[in-house]
Amino acid sequence: MGIIKTAKLIYEYVQHDEENKVAEVNRAVDAVDIDIETGEFVAVLGHNGSGKSTLAKHMNALLLPTEGTIWVGEDDTKNEGALWKIRQTAGMVFQNPDNQIVASIVEEDVGFGPENMGVETRKIWERVDESLKAVGMTAYRTFSPNRLSGGQKQRVAIAGVMAMRPKCIVLDEPTAMLDPNGRKEVIRTVRELNEKENITVILITHYMEEAISADRIIVMDDGKVVMEGKPKEVFSQVDRLKEYRLDVPQMTELAFELRKEGLTLPEDILTIEEMVEALCRLR
Amino acid sequence: MRSITLGQYYPVESPIHKLDPRVKLAVTLLYVFSLFFAKGPVGYLIAAFFLALYICVSNVPFSFIVRGLKPIIFLLIFSVIFNVLLTPGEVLARFWIFRITKEGLSLAFYMGIRLIFLIIGSSMMTYTTTPNQLTDGLEKSLGFLRKVHFPIHEISMMMSIALRFIPILVEETDKIMKAQMARGADFEEGNLIQRAKNLIPLLVPLFISAFRRATDLAMAMEARCYHGGEGRTKMKPLHYERRDFVAYGAAACYLGLIIVARVLL
Amino acid sequence: MSITLKNVSYCYNQGTAMEAHALKNVNLEIPDGQFIGLIGHTGSGKSTLIQHLNGLVRATSGEIWYGDRNIYEEGFRMKELRSKVGLVFQYPEHQLFEIDVFTDVCFGPKNLGLDQDEIKRRAVESLSLVGLDESYYEKSPFELSGGEKRRVAIAGVLAMRPEVLILDEPTAGLDPKGRDDILDQVAYLQKERQITVVLVSHSMEDVAKYVDRIIVMNHGEAVFDGSVKEVFSHYKELEAIGLAAPQVTYLMHGLKEKGFDVDENATTIEEAKASILSALGR
Repeated sequence: MGIIKTAKLIYEYVQHDEENKVAEVNRAVDAVDIDIETGEFVAVLGHNGSGKSTLAKHMNALLLPTEGTIWVGEDDTKNEGALWKIRQTAGMVFQNPDNQIVASIVEEDVGFGPENMGVETRKIWERVDESLKAVGMTAYRTFSPNRLSGGQKQRVAIAGVMAMRPKCIVLDEPTAMLDPNGRKEVIRTVRELNEKENITVILITHYMEEAISADRIIVMDDGKVVMEGKPKEVFSQVDRLKEYRLDVPQMTELAFELRKEGLTLPEDILTIEEMVEALCRLR
Repeated sequence: MRSITLGQYYPVESPIHKLDPRVKLAVTLLYVFSLFFAKGPVGYLIAAFFLALYICVSNVPFSFIVRGLKPIIFLLIFSVIFNVLLTPGEVLARFWIFRITKEGLSLAFYMGIRLIFLIIGSSMMTYTTTPNQLTDGLEKSLGFLRKVHFPIHEISMMMSIALRFIPILVEETDKIMKAQMARGADFEEGNLIQRAKNLIPLLVPLFISAFRRATDLAMAMEARCYHGGEGRTKMKPLHYERRDFVAYGAAACYLGLIIVARVLL
Repeated sequence: MSITLKNVSYCYNQGTAMEAHALKNVNLEIPDGQFIGLIGHTGSGKSTLIQHLNGLVRATSGEIWYGDRNIYEEGFRMKELRSKVGLVFQYPEHQLFEIDVFTDVCFGPKNLGLDQDEIKRRAVESLSLVGLDESYYEKSPFELSGGEKRRVAIAGVLAMRPEVLILDEPTAGLDPKGRDDILDQVAYLQKERQITVVLVSHSMEDVAKYVDRIIVMNHGEAVFDGSVKEVFSHYKELEAIGLAAPQVTYLMHGLKEKGFDVDENATTIEEAKASILSALGR
C-alpha cells in the first residue's frame, strides 16, 4: 500500500445563515481516488479553487473528509488516536513563508516540531543540525527569519518539517509568493530531499515548469481528478489543459503551435533540449 | 519610531548576555526594589556603582543606553520641576507664586536619579535578553502558576509569537499606508476626529491581515503537532550554571550593602 | 505627461553606519503611451524606483520632473501627482477595506474631492474596464476570489484616471488563466486609453509578450534600457545578475548553434514559430 491513499474522498464546505440553517454547500473535493507510492514525486496542478489545497489539508488531517476515507501511512485520518502520528508522517509546508515560521531564530523554529513531539533535548539538536544541513541553511541557523529571503524562509519551513522525520512532505503552493530565484531554490531543495532521503513529495503548484520533473502529475478541476499521468502524457494534451485554465510549458506550447502548421513534432516535448533535437530531426 | 532604543535587544557577546534569563529577571526586580529602599547619598552611590558595573560587564555602549532615555525625558523634567516647586520647607528663593525650597531641591534630585536608574536598570534587561529568552525565563520562573491552572505556557507562547510578528506588521502598516496614499489618502491633514477617521483605510486592512496571518500560523503550528504545553520538551532548556550563581551572589551582596547603608547611616 | 528622472539616488539610513543605497544615479525618460517592463531580482531597487515616480518616497538627491514641473519644487501638489501616476502595489487586494466593491473603488476619486456624480461615473467606468459587471457592486470585497479581489484593487487605482499606470507584479500568486486575464486587460487598457504602463515583473515571458521597452535594475542602477530584443540579446549579462531571457531566446540560440538560420532575437512564441517555419522553408 502507498503512503497516501484516498477512497471516494469528498469534502464539503458548509455555510450557515443567521438562523444556523445550511445556506450553501460547496463541494471542494469530489470523489477523489488517488494512491501515492512511497518515494514518489507527485505534482498536483489545478487553477485557484479547483480543490487542490483542500485535498492537501486532508493529507495532514487538518481537514477531515465529509465522506470517503483517506489513509496516511496505515492510519485512517478519522482515527483521532493517530492524529500526531499522521501529522508526523506527512509534514506540510504552506504558501506564505512568514505565516508558518513560529520562532524568532531559525534553529529554534526548526526545533519547534520535535519539541511538540516531546523529543528529548539532545536529540532535538541532532535533528535540527541534520535538517538544516539537508536544506542547506546551516550557515543561517542563528539568524532572525526576518533577515532571510523568501526562498530561504521556505527552506527553513521545509527544515522544520524535516526535523519531524516525516515520510512524506506536502507542499501547498510553496513557491507562489517567491521570485524566480527563490522558486528554483525551493524546488531544488525538494528534489534533493526526494532523491537523497527518499522523501515522498506532493507538490501543489501553478507553475508548469515545476511539474516537468515530477514522476507523476495529477490535474484537478472542480474538485475532481481530471487528468493523471507522467508529465509527458499530461502536457501533450495542450487543449485539455487550457480548458482547465492551465498552461503548458513554453516549449510544449511552441511544439503545439508548430504541429498546427504541419510540422511532425512529437507531442511530448517539454524542454528546450528536446525541442532542438526534434527540430534537428526534421531537417 | 525606529529611533527608539528603549526595550530593544542589543546583540553583543557579554557575560550578562549569557546569564540565565531567570537570573536577569530576579536581579532586575531586586534592583527596582532596592531603589525604593536606598536612602541618602551613600545608598544611591552604591546603587550607581552597581548599575555602572552591570553596564560595563554587559558591553552595551553607554551612548546607546542614554539614547534609550530620550522617550522619557519629558516625564523626567516634569517630575523634577514638580518636586522643586511644590515641596514645602526651608525657602531658598522665591519668584511670582513659586518658592524653591531646600527640601524640594533634594527631593527632586533623588527623584530624578531614582527614575533614571529605574529606567536604565530595567531596560538593561531587554538590552541583554532576546525576547525568546525572556519569555522562556518568565515561563519557567512562573511555572508554579500552572498548578493553579493558570495558562502560563500559552501566555508565553503568545508573547513570543507577538514579538516575532511585530516587525512584520510594522512593515505591513507602512505598505498599506503607502498603497492608500497612492489612492489619494492623507494621513496628516485635518483635525483630530478627521485624522482618526482617516485611519480606517489603514486599520481595516491591517486587522484583516493580522487575522489572516493568525489563522495561517495556527494551522501551520497544528500541522507541526503543536498541542499546548503538555508533553512538550525544550530545545534550549534553562539550566543554572556557575556564572548564574555568581550573579545571584553579587546581587545578594548589593542588597546587603544597601540595607547596611540604610540602617547604619 | 512624461516623467523624467535626473541623477536620482536614494539612500536608507543616511548618515548612519547602516547607510545603504537603494538607487544610484538613475536617469530615465518615460514618455507618453509607452508600455514599459521593469525587471530586476528582489532587492535590485525596482520597488523603490516606482515609489519615487508618484512621490511616495523622496529621492535623497536628484530631480524628478513630471511634464515640465519639478515634483520637488515648492508648492507642487503631490496628491495631484498621485492621481496622475497610479501605483498598484504587489498584492493590492490587501488594501481593500470598504463594505462593498463599489464604495471601495470610490475611495480614490473621493479623495480627489470630486462631486458625487463624477465619483460614481468613474467607479462604474473603471470596474467595467477590469471586467467586473454590476452584479459585483454590492458584494463585499472579502467574499471574492483572489483574481476578482485583485481586479477590484486595480479598478480602485484606475478610478483616479491616471495617465501613467504602474503595476508591481500584478500577477503574483494567481493561476495561469488569472495571470493572462490581468495582463490582457492591462494591455487592452494601454492601447485603448493610450496611457503609459510600467509593469514590474519576474516573468521574462510576460515581459517579452507585452511590453515595448525594458528597463533592467541591478543594485540600484538601471543597467539596461532598451527595446525587448535589444535587452534580451544581452542574455548572458542578464544571467550574471540573476535574471534570464525568455525560454524562446535560449531555444533560438540552441537552434542557431545547430546551424538553423533562425532569428536569434525572437522572444515570443509567435516570433519563434514564424522564424522556425521560415528556416525550415515552409
